[in-house]
Amino acid sequence: MKSGKFWAWVVFIVGAAYFFIPLMATVEFSLRMRRGVHSFDAYQIVLGDARFQSTFLYSVIAAVFTIVLGVLIVVPAAYWIRLRLPQLRPIVEFITLLPLVIPAIVIVFGYIRMYGSNSPLPFLGSNMGANALLVIGYATLSLPYMYRAVDTGLRTIDVRTLTEAAQILGAGWGTIIGRVILPNVLIAVLSGAFLTFAIVIGEFTMASLLNRPAFGPYLQNIGANRAYEPAALAIIAFAITWGCMSLIQILSRFAPKSANRPN
Amino acid sequence: MTDLSLSNQTLATRPAPPKEATAFRLPTQWIGVAPFFIFALMFLILPTLYLVVGAFQRGDGSFTLDNILQLVSDPSISSSYWVSIKISFWSAIIGAFAGLAIAIAIVRGGLPSWTRSATLTFSGVASNFAGLPLAFAFLATLGRVGIVTTLLRDVLNINIYAMGFNFLTTSGLIAVYLFFQIPLMVVIIVPAIDGLKKEWGEAAATLGATQSQYWRMVVIPVIWPSFLGTVILLFANAFGAIATAYAFAGPALNIVPIKLYSQINGDVLHNPQLGYAIAFGMIVITGLANVFYIWFRTRSERWLK
Repeated sequence: MKSGKFWAWVVFIVGAAYFFIPLMATVEFSLRMRRGVHSFDAYQIVLGDARFQSTFLYSVIAAVFTIVLGVLIVVPAAYWIRLRLPQLRPIVEFITLLPLVIPAIVIVFGYIRMYGSNSPLPFLGSNMGANALLVIGYATLSLPYMYRAVDTGLRTIDVRTLTEAAQILGAGWGTIIGRVILPNVLIAVLSGAFLTFAIVIGEFTMASLLNRPAFGPYLQNIGANRAYEPAALAIIAFAITWGCMSLIQILSRFAPKSANRPN
Repeated sequence: MTDLSLSNQTLATRPAPPKEATAFRLPTQWIGVAPFFIFALMFLILPTLYLVVGAFQRGDGSFTLDNILQLVSDPSISSSYWVSIKISFWSAIIGAFAGLAIAIAIVRGGLPSWTRSATLTFSGVASNFAGLPLAFAFLATLGRVGIVTTLLRDVLNINIYAMGFNFLTTSGLIAVYLFFQIPLMVVIIVPAIDGLKKEWGEAAATLGATQSQYWRMVVIPVIWPSFLGTVILLFANAFGAIATAYAFAGPALNIVPIKLYSQINGDVLHNPQLGYAIAFGMIVITGLANVFYIWFRTRSERWLK
């Protein structure tokens, strides 16, 4: 048992070294822009860059729309399947797994061919259409995470009783979903939302192939042309991902732990 | 007798009104799931089918197998498939074993409890830290002027680039991909190891099993399906990844996603049908991998309930 503990420490320390050395080296590298001293010059240049601000803002807005679209699609479907159509669950679960099977580049290639400017549904014919298609693509990518998060949230509440109680009080379907179910699964939805945000914010393939002024293509451009700024950007991106994951962890503490009656 | 049957009849007709109501509500029965299915059809299934069908067509729409055959006969395409499969395979295998070792160390190794929560938190972050920023981090570390490269050169007098190290080799990319593969393995496999019930260990000990027998005959058979399933998920994860590799070398690197990327961007192959075939090949490979994944997962869930 003693040797078991020793090896556990060895594995833990080797693993920690593999993950922390690149991160510390990146921090160190990002501070080296001014010769001879440590400085935040790289960060200043990056954060002050107008293109950083505009592309980052663009991606944040795209992420927000993605989350809204994802919620609008996933919450009613997951709710309805729990309440009325449990026989559809395997089909829906299979579909939500598809974005893990089909690489993002393939999905966006399909979009480009199917929704080009001279197709019946010319999303790519206008700027707004292409923006919409990017949000749609991101919503597709986040489908597996969003669905699982919402479904887990629904599992912890008594969907049927809540629905019946709301119906007895005279609520329509919109009220039931918007004012009864959604608030109850809000924490689960928010976890899915932050995960979506972390995935979408630096996404490169779709944004680049749809030719959108998003943060991912900006990162690529800086990476190809600068020395110290990419390191600063990597640290910023890591901080954003870390922030999203911490928010999910904090939220999970507020989540209801068990169902009164499992469905 | 007749009275009884009459009352039975009234009883039998009792559920009728709700039944009528459901018949009346039949369209609304589907309205909740309709947006989901329409969305999935329009933006996931049809675009993919479009490419799959296109892979079997000539430019004029007639049926052909030439595009698919060209995947094998064109050496630059078939080699890009091989490089991609090699990178995905080894990064999945190495990532899976390293992740399993870390997971066992933090769950069963008797380490203080902060190691577990710290590792899980970090894994959650690192498994989502991929793409361009990951490449930047590695360039800052092991690039030609990276911190570790220069430290090794100046302090230990080791020039890793003179020794043949390069991110653009298969092994270089595998090392980088491990940065998100290992944490993903940890995130998925820790619940499986947690699912090993304490009672099983006690039962095995009561029956006189040694520690190694317990591992060989209880732990490994129970973890095996979810382990194998995760290996396959890691494979698909690496196979579709493009941004990290693209940041290292731009379009020059010969892996399938980058091949397809250049094809979409500039039509370098001068044949859109061939692009469909490349996309089809990718779906087939990740699709096969995921069929196995689902199969293994359902097998493992039987035990880990």
